[in-house]
Amino acid sequence: MATLTHQESVTAEYLEVTPGTRKNFMLIIIAGVVLLIVGVIVSLFGGGGHEAAEGAAAAHGATAGHGVATAGNTAAAAHGGGEHHSSAPWLKRIIVSLWHNNVFFTGVSAIGTVFMAIQYVAYAGWSVVVKRINEALSAWLVPGLVIMLVVFGLNFINYDLFHWTVPGIMDKGDANYDAIIAGKSGFLNVPFYVIRMVVYLGLWIYFTKRLRDLSLAEDLNGGTAYFHKSINVSALFLVFYAVTSSMSAWDWVMSVDVHWFSTMFGWYVFASWWVSGIAAVTLCAILLKQAGYLPLLKDGHLHDLGKFMFGFSIFWTYLWFSQFMLIWYANMPEESVYFNQRLGGFNGQYTWLFYANLAINFVFPFLVLMTRDAKRQMIMLKIVSIAILIGHWSDFYLMFMPGTMKGENGFIIEIGIALIFLGSFLILMTKRLAQASLTPVHHPFLDESVHHTT
Amino acid sequence: MTKRFALGIFEDEDVLLHAVENVREAGVKIYEVFTPFPIHGIDDALGIERSRLPIAAFFFGLTGLSFALWMQIYMLGFDWPMIIGGKPHIALPAFIPVTFELTVLFCCHGMVITFYAISKLYPRWKTPVLDVRSTDDKFVMAIEVNENTDMNKLTQILRENGASEVNQKEMSKF
Repeated sequence: MATLTHQESVTAEYLEVTPGTRKNFMLIIIAGVVLLIVGVIVSLFGGGGHEAAEGAAAAHGATAGHGVATAGNTAAAAHGGGEHHSSAPWLKRIIVSLWHNNVFFTGVSAIGTVFMAIQYVAYAGWSVVVKRINEALSAWLVPGLVIMLVVFGLNFINYDLFHWTVPGIMDKGDANYDAIIAGKSGFLNVPFYVIRMVVYLGLWIYFTKRLRDLSLAEDLNGGTAYFHKSINVSALFLVFYAVTSSMSAWDWVMSVDVHWFSTMFGWYVFASWWVSGIAAVTLCAILLKQAGYLPLLKDGHLHDLGKFMFGFSIFWTYLWFSQFMLIWYANMPEESVYFNQRLGGFNGQYTWLFYANLAINFVFPFLVLMTRDAKRQMIMLKIVSIAILIGHWSDFYLMFMPGTMKGENGFIIEIGIALIFLGSFLILMTKRLAQASLTPVHHPFLDESVHHTT
Repeated sequence: MTKRFALGIFEDEDVLLHAVENVREAGVKIYEVFTPFPIHGIDDALGIERSRLPIAAFFFGLTGLSFALWMQIYMLGFDWPMIIGGKPHIALPAFIPVTFELTVLFCCHGMVITFYAISKLYPRWKTPVLDVRSTDDKFVMAIEVNENTDMNKLTQILRENGASEVNQKEMSKF
């Protein structure tokens, strides 16, 4: 009877990242590099060299949203003569893919701190045993900011990512002038954009560091002062995050399809990050448990994490569908162009992914995690959390590719870069995990977490 | 049918929780425990099997889902087709919200009604309560007894485990 025994000794335990594990992470990165090189070679010799230049110009006109929603249709390029030329497909794919992966990994990384902050503010005790995993998850934020700035710089080689950065697009009389985009120039201009990017990530990094420092100080000194301080910091962070997560979604993701907008988008992107973040925490907890760490982690904790994954998969679907149904029903060209591209556009090459996305992110977790037993079994949770991570990576793929790559998307380069990110992410995360005890020994709610039953 | 119960009255939930374990260890079968509020871990201590209500819930939900889809497809697709917003008669995305709501509705109501029915919590002329103090501040452990039961021994076991009173009560329709 867990509730009856109150004196269980809790000792600090430290994760030891073995050379074998480190080698595995390196292997993931090497596999990614190999895939990347293979992808570039396939792209170079797989044909489509001259077709790309024409296709890009044509598809560009079609997606510009000037009245008719004819995605993938090569007609109706009403964009004047001064069409800019995008990079060679392989280079463009690398740039887009770097951005795609970095937005995904950085967003998931931030969820570590968000999750922890919510637990603090809610006075939740059960999650204390996985708290260190949340802290470690946020280790990617600093490299995330650096990579994001660099890739945003790469955008200016040929303006592959953001159409609104093309010179002259906001100047009346210029050959590139686009009235719709010019109307957004107050928000979408390069200096303000960079400032916002630094502010969002700067805030996330600052609060992550602050909570981490408080947590480590608590490990050393004990007492409840750090806990109360953490609650204040968390509450403040959540207010900032609520605003910045939505705005970062507009900036980093929605401004790719610059003519289009959706008021659901901020929440939709957040839901995707959030459920992936929880899947990442769950997966990490299970892997640590199976490696012999986290002796205090019991079925009850896994059950709660499973409930989170189950519930927020449905939440994601709810937002996804709310966005889809309203656009589908109203059927206004400037709105429906977004789904037109993804459903049947570009010769239907995104259609399968569109449905696969729903299947893997909604139907699969919904049916598999429905029963209580499934939420308490490591193997089930493991399968579902991996599926959710892959599924939401594809969700972001589907957000970025039609707007940037048009019909020239691919998978080999993209998966290669994803593996490079994954390997680096894991190296940083395990490094931070190993820096402190896996159990926050002096957390005031540790005892509650240890005796958590569901 | 009339049943006879020995009732151990406890003052504290921790004492009760220990008592439940010890009484069961002593080989006494506990009929039911009545408490003013839910107690963590009491289900495990009593060895109660998990409810099968979730299975019922799933099928209630499935019924609601099928009913909603059938209703909308039949009404809007066959019985009285209308053109709404230029959409096809059977426009599935438009049916999803209603389908969702009816799934939830069937599931919730079905679950609540099933729960009340199997717990016999429907309105009755006379509500059988073994000890009314269990709705206020006392914790009541009910043990079914018959003429062969050694009442002295049972009383002793309950007293030793912290019962402040041991009563007997007959109850029909329970």
